[in-house]
Order: sequence, then C-alpha cells, then structure tokens
Amino acid sequence: MKRGRILFEGKTLDVTEGQGGKVQLPDGRLLAETDVQWLPPVAFGTIIALGLNYADHVKELSRELTVTSKDAPLVFLKGPNSLVGHREQTPRPVGAAFMHYECELAVVIGKTARRVSANHAMAHVAGYTVCNDYAVRDYLENFYRPNLRVKNRDACTVIGPWLVDAADVPDPHALGLRTRVNGQVTQNGNTGDMIHRVAELIEYLSGFMTLQPGDVILTGTPDGVVNVQPGDVVETEIDGIGTLVNTLAAA
Amino acid sequence: MQLQHPILGDGRPLGTVYGALLNDRATVERLEPQFDSAPYKAAPKAPVLYIKSRNTLVPSGAVVQIPAEPGEVRIDATIGLVIGRTATRVSVDQAMEHVAGFVVVSDVTLPHENYYRPAVVQRNRDGFCPVSAVLRSQPGFDIDNATLSVSINGQRAYERSFATLVRPAAQLVADVTEFMTLSEGDVLLLGPGEGSPVARPGDQVRITVPGLGELSHGVAKETQA
Repeated sequence: MKRGRILFEGKTLDVTEGQGGKVQLPDGRLLAETDVQWLPPVAFGTIIALGLNYADHVKELSRELTVTSKDAPLVFLKGPNSLVGHREQTPRPVGAAFMHYECELAVVIGKTARRVSANHAMAHVAGYTVCNDYAVRDYLENFYRPNLRVKNRDACTVIGPWLVDAADVPDPHALGLRTRVNGQVTQNGNTGDMIHRVAELIEYLSGFMTLQPGDVILTGTPDGVVNVQPGDVVETEIDGIGTLVNTLAAA
Repeated sequence: MQLQHPILGDGRPLGTVYGALLNDRATVERLEPQFDSAPYKAAPKAPVLYIKSRNTLVPSGAVVQIPAEPGEVRIDATIGLVIGRTATRVSVDQAMEHVAGFVVVSDVTLPHENYYRPAVVQRNRDGFCPVSAVLRSQPGFDIDNATLSVSINGQRAYERSFATLVRPAAQLVADVTEFMTLSEGDVLLLGPGEGSPVARPGDQVRITVPGLGELSHGVAKETQA
C-alpha cells in the first residue's frame, strides 16, 4: 500500500495510490498526480538526519573531514519548517554559490522504539519514502556542522510522494537510487552502500532517545551531488519507493 | 520514563524547541583563542542552533533520568521565547511582536566541550528538557536585563544575566528568521550561560527568573525499565 497526503479543494486528505499511479481520494475518485497539491506523506514528528552515511560520499570528503566508517553516526535534527511535498518549489538563496540536492531513503517509525536491538528494529518501521534534503554549502561552518542555516531552511527538505508500507519493501538495502537534474542522471547509488544501516540506526538512536510513531530518519546520500540553479527540475528516485519531483525557484 | 509534553495555555503541544549556542559573551571570550584552530578554523558567523526534540520535553516537576556514565548532567538554565505568530525574516525592531510569552527551561545535557558536531547524543536524551508553563511576565520585566538563578537542593548554585548575550532576544529572532521560519508555538531558547552548574541523581533543581516565574525538576539515576 502507498499512502500520501494532499491539499485538495481546501482540505487535507489522506490518499492512496490507485490504478496507473493515480491518486485515489477517500471517496474513490482518481486524479492525476500532477493535478493535486502534495503535502509530506505523514505529519512528521522528530526529523532525524544522517550525514556521511554512504561509503563513497565519505571517501569523497575524507581528506577534509578525517572521518571513517567506524565513527558513531553523524546525526542532526531538523524542524518542520524545512519540509515540503512532492512537486513543490524550493527557494535557492540569492548569492549562494553552491546548493545541492541529496537523494535519501526516509524511514518512518510506526511503533515506539526505546532501546531496541538491531535484531528487532525493523518491526518498528512503518514504511519508507523518498527525501531530497537540500544543502546550501556556502553556509557551512565548523560549529554543529552541518548547521541549521545549511540544512534547515524553509522548504529545503522535499519528501514524498508516497509512504510505502514496510511490508512492501522486503530489503531496504537493495534499492537503486538516483537523481536527475533536468532529465540528466547526476547521482546514482544503492542503499546497500549505507555505512550505518536502518536497523543499526534504530538501535543507536533508540539507545538514547525514544523514537515515536511519525518520527522519520533520513539516511544520508551517496556521492554525486552537483550545484543546481533556479528553474532546474530535480527528480530524486528510489526503486520501489517513488520518484519525488521538485523545482528550484529564485528566492 | 513517561513522555509527557509541556503544553501551551490552550492545551496544544509546544511546537519545535530551538536553542542558540555560544550566545553568552563570557563563553565566547573563553573559547575565542580556540576558534582559529582546528576543528573550527574560524569564529562562528551565523547563530549556532540546535533542536530539543519532542522526546526531551517534560513539564515542571518531572524527574530527569540520567545515565550512570558520567553520572552527572549540566543544567544549561535559560529562558525560551514562545512564538505567537509566524516569524519569517523579521527585523530586530519588530521581532518581539512575534513573541507571545516566555518559558523557563532547564536545557539538560551530558557534559561536553566540543562544538564541531551536533551534540544530539548529549542533548536529546528522553526528558532532557524540562519546560515551565508559558509565563506571563510581570509589569516591568525586561528580557534584555533579566536574571536567572539556579538552586540545587535549596542551595544557590548559579546566577546569570541576560544582559550579556551575544545576540539579545530581538537580534536572535531576527538572525534566525533570516533563514528559517519560526511558527506559533515554537520556542527559541536564548542559550546556555557561562559556567552552568552540574546536577547528580537525587538532586532537586530549581530555576528562578525574577519577574517571570520558575521551574523545578528532579534528577534520578536512569532505570533500565
């Protein structure tokens, strides 16, 4: 089952994926996915994000950061102001030299998790969606890196379109993911290359903070991020989860 | 520990709780000699912000459970600005019009002295953010000259003033909303003071802000339940 949320005729509606990828309303009507205004698929609680969680991305940055895969996960948090749905626009700050997308598998918690071992962790996952977690690198400073000015700007975390039930994703570490900018593939990876996998992340996080239904973990991005400009159409895609479309706007 | 959120006056939960680090001049002056070397390499320019996630939020009277190692926590006692209406790119002059009230906050953290990475493990444990009710300030209360005291087990342990902030309340709201929106119910903490006191299991912590109100909470050893 794929579930989403849309704004339609002034109301927030819970919708499901109908035949041919159409959006099925609660009353059974089917609409084209381009004819609705998409919201994030869940009213998310705590938004947890991972940095440097793909081997190739770490390699790319390792000279600068002296990180290794044996380090504890690099975790940061985000606020709901950052979230925006499928097919919405994301502003690119005026004067910024380097803003890039990040295609990420988003893991949505379905059942409260407190001190859960990796062996039992997957039972706490409700499902998965796609996230494009933009960063504006100009504002990177070495305090609480990556800071909120880089990562928590309004509408800079695109998420959706669908929440795909965990039962429909037998192995979340065997999914191709890619990003296209104006139709050109610029990022190409596989969730199998994550350093800290979903089950380990749930064990690690729930070891000190209770994860609650609706909390979401953005699991990081592989190598291949490039600068994007106003007008660019960015599609972040994960096999079996969905294709998330976003357009850059001038701020 | 039961997770029970503090609420606004009308029963709705608080929004997102953000905090500002390195917002006390004495702390910045102490650390300044380090700022030019690794890992920082330069002094901070924008506000250094963090989030106290919903699992950390507990009301006054809560008992904060802390891990056996290191067996103590730092009490970064502070005041939070409660946002009353949406604030995006507000000016310093108009910033306080977006603030509906104040909360007294015990921003609990495992002791640490590194600012390079977000200190989520240290600051975001369950119950690590006792928050008072939203307080109506008494006439004459001035956030830019407010003072705060912490007592532990009835003994005065710490005092600070909000007259020595790097970014006073209005400036902080302006600088934060330059790049992110604060919404109704969100809270912006003015940040830790220099030399925060330490609390251990069995301690009773009371934070008082004259002209505003107070917050109390206990500290206990974490149970495995």
